[in-house]
Amino acid sequence: MKVGFVIGAVLSAIVLGLAVLSFVWTPYDITQLDVANKLKGPSDVHWLGTDHFGRDLLSMVMMGARTSLAVALVAVGIGMGLGIPLGLTAAALQGGWLDEVIMRGNDLIFAFPSLVIAILITAVFGASAVNAIIAIGIFNIPVFARLSRGAALSLWSRDFILAARVAGKGKARISWEHILPNITNLMIVQGTIQFSLGILAEAALSYIGLGAQPPTASWGRMLADAQTLLYIAPHTALVPGLTIVITVLGLNLLGDGLRDMLDPRLRVDRS
Amino acid sequence: MLIYTLRRLASLTVSLIVASFVIFAVIEVIPGDPASFMLGVNARPDTLAALRAELGLDQSLPVRYFAWVSGMLTGDFGISYTYKTPVAGMVADRIWVSLPLAIYALILSTAIAFPAGIYAASRRGGVGDTAVMGATQLGVAIPNFWFAMILVLIFAINLRWFSAGGFAGWDKGLFAGLWSLTLPAIALALPQAAILARVMRSSLLDMLGEDFMRTARAKGLTRRQALWRHAVRNAMIPVLTILGLQFSFLLAGGIVIEQVFFLPGLGRLIFQSISARDLIVVESVVMLLVFLVIVVNFLVDLTYAWVDPRLRRRT
Repeated sequence: MKVGFVIGAVLSAIVLGLAVLSFVWTPYDITQLDVANKLKGPSDVHWLGTDHFGRDLLSMVMMGARTSLAVALVAVGIGMGLGIPLGLTAAALQGGWLDEVIMRGNDLIFAFPSLVIAILITAVFGASAVNAIIAIGIFNIPVFARLSRGAALSLWSRDFILAARVAGKGKARISWEHILPNITNLMIVQGTIQFSLGILAEAALSYIGLGAQPPTASWGRMLADAQTLLYIAPHTALVPGLTIVITVLGLNLLGDGLRDMLDPRLRVDRS
Repeated sequence: MLIYTLRRLASLTVSLIVASFVIFAVIEVIPGDPASFMLGVNARPDTLAALRAELGLDQSLPVRYFAWVSGMLTGDFGISYTYKTPVAGMVADRIWVSLPLAIYALILSTAIAFPAGIYAASRRGGVGDTAVMGATQLGVAIPNFWFAMILVLIFAINLRWFSAGGFAGWDKGLFAGLWSLTLPAIALALPQAAILARVMRSSLLDMLGEDFMRTARAKGLTRRQALWRHAVRNAMIPVLTILGLQFSFLLAGGIVIEQVFFLPGLGRLIFQSISARDLIVVESVVMLLVFLVIVVNFLVDLTYAWVDPRLRRRT
């Protein structure tokens, strides 16, 4: 097992653990304002310090972890749930008009970066965590569709698929019984990558006010609040920022490690 | 090459048409009545009627769609409801901040990533390679807007080399303009440079194992000569794909970075318009961004064919 994978797994587990723990316990209640103790640096009372309302930053980070992980997880779910069936269908009907329509549709979504989708959605429906999920999720669909189509296409020319066809199985059944299990590893690895990208996207959207709205805690909003306080209380920006970096770094290392373990062909030549 | 270009041009046109349908549908069809959406629930009936007439909402959807598209094609982006000025003028002022910022960041990103990727590939497995790869792992994990805040903290607040925000304006001279875009461009460029360096490295490593590299060495080229003359040129194709994708990320990412530095670009225009519910501005600016992204990807496709003649025949 590689060092990177272990570090990644540990970092990811810590963040996940903090998010789960926040359901039963946080050091302080983040809805309680304590203005007398505002903008305090890290101490033994408040391990990571307090923000401009005197709220405990560790508690805010824990509650924010919930939002970030939930948004990114559901967005990956949307991308996989819609993207993989589309990709498998396109591969099964390779060269047909449906394949063409699906792939051109994918190209089109790529022309709308998730930020632009989010802008369109919020302009009409208003800002919320749900709309952030939709915006990030829509952008994930073509990622999984393309990847699963490419992987499925290379499988369709293999002998065991030919055997299945000779045995009289239809294209849908082959896709479900033979193609899907063979691309699962690849999808899990990509899922980890999209998950970490989702966390970055959620942070950016809530930073510019298009994501989760107060009182829901989110790392992006914490950074937006910290911006005007950079001069007097830099720790309010460092704490949520470093949390994001640690989370994304952990997930990326985990994803790389998973790729190495699940795909033996890549073990020799890693990039 | 001509047939290839024409085919790509046709698919570019289709993409643009479909994109315009999507944007029109989201902004003008889904809200039901854009006029009452823009004015809110407490609007007076006569104001509402006046805005409906101004927006041409009494006409049918196809008529409104064609009016919007033909307007955009002739440079008429409509009149902003909040500012009462032509949207085209507002966009023209701001695009001279957003576009130079994206290009500046792209140049920086390339200038950092190419040497880093080539260096890492040529010292594969060594200390230098490990250091570059470690740095890129960190680079892709850092949110660019947070990195921007850290840059402000160090270079604007502590060292006072740059101003913490705002744009000097091009009328103050090229240098003053570029100077005020430097921190934003670095913030945008570094995370993208990390991705690009990784692609450059892995693409080069693929090339180093090719037969033509052995041939090049066999005919007497040094490692360095073979690397620069043969491997780097061939490794450019996947790198170009990523460069094309990055430009759209830089344009969109610029929207966030503009917020950090209070730059008067398209991003700030969009946010002001969203909070003012000025749908006409949102619609046109989003269409313009999508147009830029699609055109850049089209240009990247053409560049491929130019770099790699094999592609011209295949598609």
